[in-house]
Amino acid sequence: MGLDIRLPIGLLFSILGGLLIAYGALSDVAIYQRSLGININLTWGIVMLLFGAVMLALGRRGTKL
Amino acid sequence: MLRAIDWTIMVVYFVFVLGIGALLKRHVKTSTDFFLAGRSIPAWVAGLAFLSANLGAQEVIGMGASGAKYGIATSHFYWIGAIPAMVFVGVFMMPFYYGSRARSVPEYLRLRFDEKTRGLNAVSFALMTLFSSGISMYAMAKLIQILHIFDTPFVWAGLPQSWIFHFSLVISAVVVLGYILLGGLTSAIYNEVVQFFLIVAGFLPLVWLGLKNVGGWSGLKATLNPTYTHSWMGMGSAHTNRLGVEWFGLTMGLGFVLSFGYWCTDFLVIQRAMAANSMNSARCTPLIAAFPKMLFPFLVILPGLIAIALPTQNLAGLAGPHSATILQGAGLIPAKVDALGQPVRDQDGLVQLDYDLATPNMLLHYFPTGILGLGLTALLASFMSGMAGNVTAFNTVWTYDIYQSYINPTASDEHYLWMGRMATIFGIALSVAAAYMATRFNNIMDMLQLVFAFVNAPLFATFLLGMFWKRSTGHGAFTGLLTGTIGAALHHALTLPQGAVPGVKGGWIATLHVYPSEMAQNFWTAIYAWTTCFLITIAVSWLTRPHEEKELVGLVYSLTERPQQQDLRWYQRPAVLAVVVLAATALLNIVFR
Repeated sequence: MGLDIRLPIGLLFSILGGLLIAYGALSDVAIYQRSLGININLTWGIVMLLFGAVMLALGRRGTKL
Repeated sequence: MLRAIDWTIMVVYFVFVLGIGALLKRHVKTSTDFFLAGRSIPAWVAGLAFLSANLGAQEVIGMGASGAKYGIATSHFYWIGAIPAMVFVGVFMMPFYYGSRARSVPEYLRLRFDEKTRGLNAVSFALMTLFSSGISMYAMAKLIQILHIFDTPFVWAGLPQSWIFHFSLVISAVVVLGYILLGGLTSAIYNEVVQFFLIVAGFLPLVWLGLKNVGGWSGLKATLNPTYTHSWMGMGSAHTNRLGVEWFGLTMGLGFVLSFGYWCTDFLVIQRAMAANSMNSARCTPLIAAFPKMLFPFLVILPGLIAIALPTQNLAGLAGPHSATILQGAGLIPAKVDALGQPVRDQDGLVQLDYDLATPNMLLHYFPTGILGLGLTALLASFMSGMAGNVTAFNTVWTYDIYQSYINPTASDEHYLWMGRMATIFGIALSVAAAYMATRFNNIMDMLQLVFAFVNAPLFATFLLGMFWKRSTGHGAFTGLLTGTIGAALHHALTLPQGAVPGVKGGWIATLHVYPSEMAQNFWTAIYAWTTCFLITIAVSWLTRPHEEKELVGLVYSLTERPQQQDLRWYQRPAVLAVVVLAATALLNIVFR
C-alpha cells in the first residue's frame, strides 16, 4: 500500500527512545525514587531505541513478513 | 505535574498520527481504497489492527479495574472470552466473509439471506458504533480531567478549568477525524498498529516496576487472598468466586454466546480482516491477533492486581478526591466519594472503591517525568484506536449498506468515496453528541447499552446457521434475530441480580429468579437469547422456501471449496496457528488455575 508501516513505527520509536535517553541522562536522580531507584527513562529509552532501529532496518530492506 | 519532556513525547506522537494519514492520502483513489484499504494489507498488519481496534478505553482502564476487583479471574475475558472465538472466525468463517467479496458484514447477510436481515443488522450496527465511540470519547475526556493533564496549560492560557472537558472532546475528535479523512481505513489500520506498539511500550515498564516492587507473581500470591490469584478456584458455584458466576454460565454465556457474537460477527474487527491482501492473510488475521491477545492480561490486568496489593497509602499527588476519605481506599485505589465528600457505602456498609482509577494511579505512582508522558500517551492512544475503529466501521456500513442500498443506489464510485468522507464527519459529530448525552442523561445511556446488548446477543446463532446449514432461510434468520432480541429482553425483565432494585438492572415485569451477580445475569440473558434465535431460525426455515443451491456457492460451508494450502509454509497455515494458539491458551489456564 505504498508505505511500509515499519518505517514510521521505527522512526517514532527511535525519536521517543532518543528523547527518553537524553532526558534520563540529564535529569536529577531524585525523581527516580518513585521508580524504585531505577533510571527508567534511560533504561526504557534504550529498549525503545533498539526496537525502533530494528523496525527501521527491516522496513528499509523491505523484508517480507 | 507534566513537564516539557512529557509534552514533547505527546506532541511527537500526534504529529506521527496525522503524518501517516497525510502520507497515505495520495493512495486513496477509489471507494475500495477508502473503505477496504484496497484489500492490500499484509496479514501481520491486519492482525495487529484487528487486536488494536478492539483495544479501546474499556479495555485498558476497564481490565485494570476488573483486575483490582476480581483478580486474575479477569483473564477469562481473554482466554475463554476471546481466543476460542478468534480461532473459530479465522479458521471457519473467514472463507465466507472474504471469499464472498462482501464489503461488510451486513452485506454478507444480504448475499446469504435477504434484504431485511441486512437492513436490521446494518441499522442497529451503525447506531451502536456511534454510541460506543461517543462513550469512548466521554471516558477519555473524563479521565483527562481527573488526571489533571491539561490543568497547568489552562492556567497559563488563563482559561477556565471547566473547559478542559470540552477541549479534550474536541481535540480527540479532530485528530481522529483528520487521519481517517485523509487516509481512510488504511490510515486507521496503520495508526492502530502504531497504537498497539505504543500501548505495549507504555505499559510493559509499568508492569515490570510494579511486579519488582511487590516481589513478582509469588509476592502477589503471598500478599493477596488466594481468590485473587487463581482463575478457576471456586468456579463450581457462583457463590465461591469473586466473579459471582458458575463455570457453565461463564463458558456458555461469555465463552460461547457473547464472545463468538462479538469476534465472529462484529464488523468493527472483521473489517480489518476483510482488508487483508489475500484469502490466507484474511484467515490468519484473527489468529495472529490471538497471540498478543493471549498475553494481554499480563499487560492490562496485572496493574490492577498490583494496585490493590500495595499497602494503602497517602494518595496525595494521585488521582482521586484529596481528603481524609482517601485512607478508606485500598492500595492505590481511592474510595468512591459522593457529592458531600463522604465515601459511598454498599448495603452492607462496606466502602465502595473507585476501581477505574487503579491503572491511572499506577502510572502516576511509578512513572517519573519523561516516561510518564509516554504512559499517558499510550493511554490516549488506546482511546483513539477504539474510536477510530468505530468510525471506520460506521462510515462503511452507512455508505454501502444504508446509503447505497436504500437512498442512492446508482451513483458513481467517486460519489460513494465522497459520501464516505461525509459520513466520517457527521459520524464523529454524532459521537460528540453522544458523549455529551452521556454527561447529561446517565439513565438513557444505560438503557441504550442494554438495548444493544439485547440486539447483539442472538447474532451468532444467525451467522452459525447461515454459514453451516444451507437450509436456513432469510425469513428464518430475520424472525430468529427479532425473537432472540425479545427473548433477551424478556429474560432481563424477569430476573434480577442480588441486591438490585427492579428497573434498569432487570426485573421490570416480575422477579422470577435472582442471580448472584450482574455478570451472571448478563451471561444467562445471552444464553437465552442465543437459544431462542437458534431454535426459531431452524423452525421458521423449515416452514419457508429454501434458497436455490447455486445462489449459495461461496456463502455456505457445504457448497464452498476448501481454501488451498499446498504452497504455504507451515507457519502460514491457519490450522497450524490455530492449534498453537489453543494449546498455549490451555497451558496458561493450567498455570494460573
